Amino acid sequence: MFVTSAFAQESAPAVEGGHTGTEGDTHSETGVPAEGHGVFPPFDPATFPSQILWLAITFGLFYLFLKKVVMPRVGGIIDVRNDRITQDLDHAARLKGEADAAVAAYEQELAEAKTKANAIGQQASDAAKAEAETARKKVEAALDQKLGEAEARISSIKATAMKEVGTIAEDTASAIVEALVGGKASKAEIAAAVKSVAR
Amino acid sequence: MAADKVDPIHQFNIVKLIPINIGGYDLSFTNSALFMVATVAVASAFLYLTTSSRSLVPTRLQSISEMAYEFVGNMLRDAAGTQGMKFFPFVFSLFMFVLVANLLGLFPYFFTVTSHIIVTFGLAALVIGTVIVYGFMKHGIGFLKLFVPHGVPVYLLPLVVLIEVISFVSRPVSLSVRLFANMLAGHITLKVFSGFVVSLSALGTLGIAGSVLPLAMAVALTALELLVAFLQAYVFAVLTCMYLNDALHPGH
Repeated sequence: MFVTSAFAQESAPAVEGGHTGTEGDTHSETGVPAEGHGVFPPFDPATFPSQILWLAITFGLFYLFLKKVVMPRVGGIIDVRNDRITQDLDHAARLKGEADAAVAAYEQELAEAKTKANAIGQQASDAAKAEAETARKKVEAALDQKLGEAEARISSIKATAMKEVGTIAEDTASAIVEALVGGKASKAEIAAAVKSVAR
Repeated sequence: MAADKVDPIHQFNIVKLIPINIGGYDLSFTNSALFMVATVAVASAFLYLTTSSRSLVPTRLQSISEMAYEFVGNMLRDAAGTQGMKFFPFVFSLFMFVLVANLLGLFPYFFTVTSHIIVTFGLAALVIGTVIVYGFMKHGIGFLKLFVPHGVPVYLLPLVVLIEVISFVSRPVSLSVRLFANMLAGHITLKVFSGFVVSLSALGTLGIAGSVLPLAMAVALTALELLVAFLQAYVFAVLTCMYLNDALHPGH
């Protein structure tokens, strides 16, 4: 460490602020300033007025500059950004609401369409059934009519046949009577006899 | 000047650059004044230029300015409430001034403004002066309630008031000495270890090999001093906020 002290001693006379030549010896070993031995620069009252004055000037100007120019600007930037973020969030929320409404409307329409489709299907099937029923009834009615006609014809044929049976029986009876008795029986008598027998 | 490297005190010397003498007072423009101007210029230019584009999406430098602004703003709001925001420009200027002065002081050959007790004491006196003036303006004589805490038994009151007064009076001292001592000690230590490097390398090959240790130490100390520079600016600002809170709400 003797190198240090030698350098320090050399330089000491050049140092301003009341340093003495022996200063280098004092703090070369420890590196800690010895107070009261010469004047330690930060404690030199001779520099106080100048430092206070310049501190007041520089800090005062700095304060004014920050207060008038910098802080409104930075505060403004931050406010604008916060506003913008809030605005964007609102916008996003509104868009989401719109999207939700659109989905709901779509689903409602889908449900309506489904109901409508079901109704149309039901209607069509009902109409088809009704038509089929009408057609069936028509056909049945026609068949019934035909059946009725056929039965009527059968019964008329039967009636005619039965009537003819009576006539034939009378003819036969009169023929038999003629052959057996030899006389002629009145037609009315024979008819009455046939009739009583037919019963 | 090269020989001065090994004198750890030389860096704190005040050198008159433009001698000014008014009314018997030495008001010279010194290297200290020069670095106060530099501190203010650098801090103002940084804050002004980085925010000049007013980008919605900040650039890196702009976000540094915004972070500093919001950091100090939150600090003040947490400590002193929304009423305290009227002191925001004051606290922000203090924080930026101390921070930039500390950081500039880390450059080799630069003068450290905050390593002079009169500068830190000037700032601390400004803080306490603001507290006292604002406290009396706002609360009148009620500001003295600051020294009379609630719920203290009457027979203890004189003692408690005495302690409160002493703690209040020691505030400007502790506030200024803390910053000053940290910067002074840090820079002396840095200088001493750097001095070891120079002295050892002058001793030949073995010395050069040995000087690696103090060099590593000096590098580590530089990192530590960077932290201290931030930390002390923060501590100064936080304590300012708490003292201002006392001016706003004296009854605690």
